[in-house]
Amino acid sequence: MEIIYTDVLCIGAGLAGERVAIEAASAGFETICLSIVPPRRSHSAAAQGGMQASLGNSVMGEGDNSDVHFEDTVKGSDWGADQEVARIFADTAPIVMRELAHWGVPWNRVEAGKDFYFKGGKKFEKEEKKEKHGLITARAFGGTAKWRTCYTADGTGHAVLYTVDNKATEMGVKMHDRTQAEILIHDGVNCYGAVARCLKTGKLRAYIAKATLIATGGYGRIYKATTNAVICDGGGQAICLDTGIIPMGNPEAVQFHPTGTVPTDILVTEGCRGDGGTLLDVNEYRFMPDYEPDKQELASRDVVSRRMTQHMNKGLGVKSPYGDHLWLDIRHLGEKHITTKLREVYDICTQFLGVNPITGLIPVRPTQHYSMGGIRTDKDGAVYGLKGLFAAGEAACWDMHGFNRLGGNSLAETVVAGKVIGEKVVEFLKGTEVKFSTSSIDDAVSKIQERIKNLENGKNGNENALDIRNAMQEIMMQDVGIFRNEKDLKDGVDKLLVLADRAKRIKLHSSVKGCNPEMTLALRVPGMLKLALCTAYGALMRTESRGAHTREDYPERNDRDWLNRTLAYCEEGKDLPVLKYEDPTPVYELPPGHRGYGEDLTIPADMSKLNIIKKPSN
Amino acid sequence: MSRTLTFEIFRYNPMDPDSKPHMQTYELDEYDSMTLFIALNRIREEQDPTLQFDFCCRAGICGACAMVINGRPGLACTTQTVKLPKKITLHPLPVFKLIGDLSVDTGTWFQNVNEKIESWIHTQKEFDPKAIEERMENALANEIFELDRCIQCGCCIAACGTARMREDFLGAYSINRLARFYIDPRDERSDQEFYDIIGSDQGVFGCLGLLGCEDVCPKEIPLIDQLGMMRRKMALRSLRQGKCS
Repeated sequence: MEIIYTDVLCIGAGLAGERVAIEAASAGFETICLSIVPPRRSHSAAAQGGMQASLGNSVMGEGDNSDVHFEDTVKGSDWGADQEVARIFADTAPIVMRELAHWGVPWNRVEAGKDFYFKGGKKFEKEEKKEKHGLITARAFGGTAKWRTCYTADGTGHAVLYTVDNKATEMGVKMHDRTQAEILIHDGVNCYGAVARCLKTGKLRAYIAKATLIATGGYGRIYKATTNAVICDGGGQAICLDTGIIPMGNPEAVQFHPTGTVPTDILVTEGCRGDGGTLLDVNEYRFMPDYEPDKQELASRDVVSRRMTQHMNKGLGVKSPYGDHLWLDIRHLGEKHITTKLREVYDICTQFLGVNPITGLIPVRPTQHYSMGGIRTDKDGAVYGLKGLFAAGEAACWDMHGFNRLGGNSLAETVVAGKVIGEKVVEFLKGTEVKFSTSSIDDAVSKIQERIKNLENGKNGNENALDIRNAMQEIMMQDVGIFRNEKDLKDGVDKLLVLADRAKRIKLHSSVKGCNPEMTLALRVPGMLKLALCTAYGALMRTESRGAHTREDYPERNDRDWLNRTLAYCEEGKDLPVLKYEDPTPVYELPPGHRGYGEDLTIPADMSKLNIIKKPSN
Repeated sequence: MSRTLTFEIFRYNPMDPDSKPHMQTYELDEYDSMTLFIALNRIREEQDPTLQFDFCCRAGICGACAMVINGRPGLACTTQTVKLPKKITLHPLPVFKLIGDLSVDTGTWFQNVNEKIESWIHTQKEFDPKAIEERMENALANEIFELDRCIQCGCCIAACGTARMREDFLGAYSINRLARFYIDPRDERSDQEFYDIIGSDQGVFGCLGLLGCEDVCPKEIPLIDQLGMMRRKMALRSLRQGKCS
């Protein structure tokens, strides 16, 4: 088998992985990125909206600074975030946006003078200042006090990813694309890299590294309906859970978006509802005012998603070969509005659905969107449990999002965490001598070889990988979706346990020389089930509602008993994950309070027991 | 409604010495809003788990799923079956190395070209984390972004007569990419440096002007305008140096 030595191994080459790689390569370390797809196809490219950073150049962002950004982030997290991390993030974000400009990102810029903008369907006027002309501008996003989201038209993720990939190429970072990491090499104390499978040839390769990074993005594909790319199947999280000693932080914290389109789950923007779009059921009846007479379609993301699910559960969804859905109606906004202000929506509908939204209804349903949970790290990005292993971006639980992340904060996190954690990786490399243990390399290689052989031979049984994955995705939608309660969650956990047992007996039903796509899937399914179980079981045990985690049977945010972070471990020989809990943050710069939106049902914490500090002086 | 679609799909596994290139037929019932993303996944899930193809974002933004659809390069995920005849023929993109069936290695091709054309901002300036950013006109930022919208799907290369004939042709992709850096004031490369990269038959002077690239670009990037612009600049450059005499 081919063995490759390197200083740094980045598993994942989206924005977070490449930004760390650039930091390491700039410091003179040999760096290799593994990626399932060519790096520029990474899911980072799909983020259209923008990146939050408190540059405060636009007149609508006047008075903004990292303190305001910090507060928005912690409130958004429903006090689940690590406040030291949120502080590092808010302070560093403006520098990173400027650095990206230096590297070539064509950020949109302030144009001095009068201009119009729309809010809630109404037209307002603003006047940008002369002295700010030509600086990086920002747009409005939900949950923020100021206009703070830096953007490049409707392709921010794409433009930034291409620029960062250019920089990585310039710095000599090596890209090994179509390569999937299958198992970490470790001795229970240190991590020494990973064994990966080539998706062109099906062959295994061992990568031996002094420092290893996981930056493989979210794991939305454990749900049937997700906006995530097809590659977001939690491969990076799964190889960490497989060690038995690395925990997932807050796996139950999952964000849904109300208007994913059917059948391909591509998002249409909240702007549709913001501008006056309505939701209709199978009888083309507008149902939201019955549930939310006050805010109607404009209630927050999680509330609208919940009501839609509730309504479909009453049998009032529209049946389709792709499952039940509802209708989004924007016809009354008119052709001019739809083809200018909502052009992107018009394009998605006509290109992917074959629906003309000027005359037709758009099929939508609530769709999984973002994984706040991930591989738990400390504020330096160092993964709990193994030295020499780091994680960054959506794959990680760093943890600046807590139980709900704000739009524009996740894309910014990739590059900000990438810079911060990249520096820590460099510090680690400079300060440590790493001695590889050959037995841990042999151990990892033989484990994965055996797994592959068993799948080919059907040593353990005759189960079909695809059937198990599909069943898991259905269970996650039904029982671990937006509305959660004890009965469904218990039921879901039980059904997932049965599937996890069946997954031990998967056999391939096809034989292909080289890279068999069925093998690629079969290798993923057991890990996806581990993630599904952590999510479901974490949600079952958390008997409160916080951020995106909504329990019908425990509607209040319970700071008295649940002001903590879940740590979920998959220990060898145990069917259920082992759950432990830790304080969400070592310090409280912003003590728990009301978020300022949604209903306040908080059971307060004993403030005298919290480590409340003043803003650290810079 | 409710047609039965017939797919003729190119099959070949270069990893298998016994495999011979051939076309294989599959049938599938058509549904509302069906795209080739849905159709190909249904075929793989219900009929043939060995079929190789690439999808990633399935939303038309990542460029992974380009293939030849009824003779024309395009993105499979944005192609609705309702707009195609009942019989749909699918081939992998030419020019790129075949991985298997409909899957080709665009990653290696673009990585090599990006290294060759040094696809990054060349500047002597150091980044100063304490300074505010350099100013730029918003109109220029938009102009750069227009050229930056390329998703490296490979359609323009697959549809290019010159690329089919000579392996070292850099293609419309590279010319557009360099045009993007050419108009960006942050890139300090001189005309001569751009000339050294594309002022040859491998670059702007190799194009036969068949316009296939622009016809098939799923992002509708004005590739021919960029070619014309760069060719004019490069030709002027070589005239001044007497290289064209």
